[in-house]
Amino acid sequence: MPELSTTTWIVLAGAAATYLTRIGGHLILSQFRAIPPRVEAALNAVPAAVLTTLVAPAAVFEGTAESLTLLVAFAAAFHLPMMGTFAVGWIAILVFRAVLG
Amino acid sequence: MTVNREIRDGFRAALPVLFAAAPFGMLFGALAVDNGFTVFEAVLMSATVYAGASQMVGIDLFGDRIAPWLIVLSIFAVNFRHVLYSAVVGRQIRHWSKAQRYVGFFFLIDPQFAESEKRVESGRPLTFLWYMSAAIPVYVAWVLEGWIGAVFGKLVSDPAAYGIDFLLPIYFLGLVAGFRRRANWLPVVIVSGLVSVGAYAVVGSPWHVSIGAIAGVLAAAAIGTQPNRKPVV
Repeated sequence: MPELSTTTWIVLAGAAATYLTRIGGHLILSQFRAIPPRVEAALNAVPAAVLTTLVAPAAVFEGTAESLTLLVAFAAAFHLPMMGTFAVGWIAILVFRAVLG
Repeated sequence: MTVNREIRDGFRAALPVLFAAAPFGMLFGALAVDNGFTVFEAVLMSATVYAGASQMVGIDLFGDRIAPWLIVLSIFAVNFRHVLYSAVVGRQIRHWSKAQRYVGFFFLIDPQFAESEKRVESGRPLTFLWYMSAAIPVYVAWVLEGWIGAVFGKLVSDPAAYGIDFLLPIYFLGLVAGFRRRANWLPVVIVSGLVSVGAYAVVGSPWHVSIGAIAGVLAAAAIGTQPNRKPVV
């Protein structure tokens, strides 16, 4: 067996840690027979809560073209399916950057 | 018939992810090699950690001669949000076998989680076949992109030129809007948005994700489920 570099070991440990986070929530939650209503409400909020944090800084700190693009995409998302929103957003960023950049 | 449908639906869910994640997959490979990774190590990280933001944080720290355990802890901290994903999705896959769960959870990245929740919300069952049909194209592409970025590094042209550097926020925003019929959606989005922006400015990236997400989830827990609201015990 060839000797593995320190980097390789760190990567593998990081992978194990990541896998733990991906299986851990389920392993913990499956210990409970019934889920209390407030926990249920909290869990149902996870998608909106996490996904919002992935977007919010980009909407505020990146620039005017980026802020406007997300505004347009957000409005589009209320009327179009995912790929439609995606296309509108893509066109918007190109146009706004061309005009404002 | 239904088998084909499950596979097709899964691929369809993967499609926007393939576009949105591609520049980051390649960027990771290029940066990893820049930070002293071999091509093998870079591809290994994409293939085993399989979480974009934490991979970036990881390679960033490698350059700084930081203790190995601290790098691993940082990766863990950045990926902590997956604990929530796992708890949420876990409720929908009780019909999966144990082996299917242990395999499936490996692929539980941000888009996979969001698409799974969308699937559940649309009233269709979260089958293992659908789940893996959505997961595998994204995974294979991510590993390949890491390799391309690592090998061709500097040849990867400026993604900002075609706007592709901004596809991921657009995609995530579309997903946020997609969950608008859920209980507490507006207060959760407002709280998570404000807190994550504040945390981004004060603490910095990527900690704003966990901080903002926890704030939003706590807000939902505080409000509770509106229709048949139970008295606080």
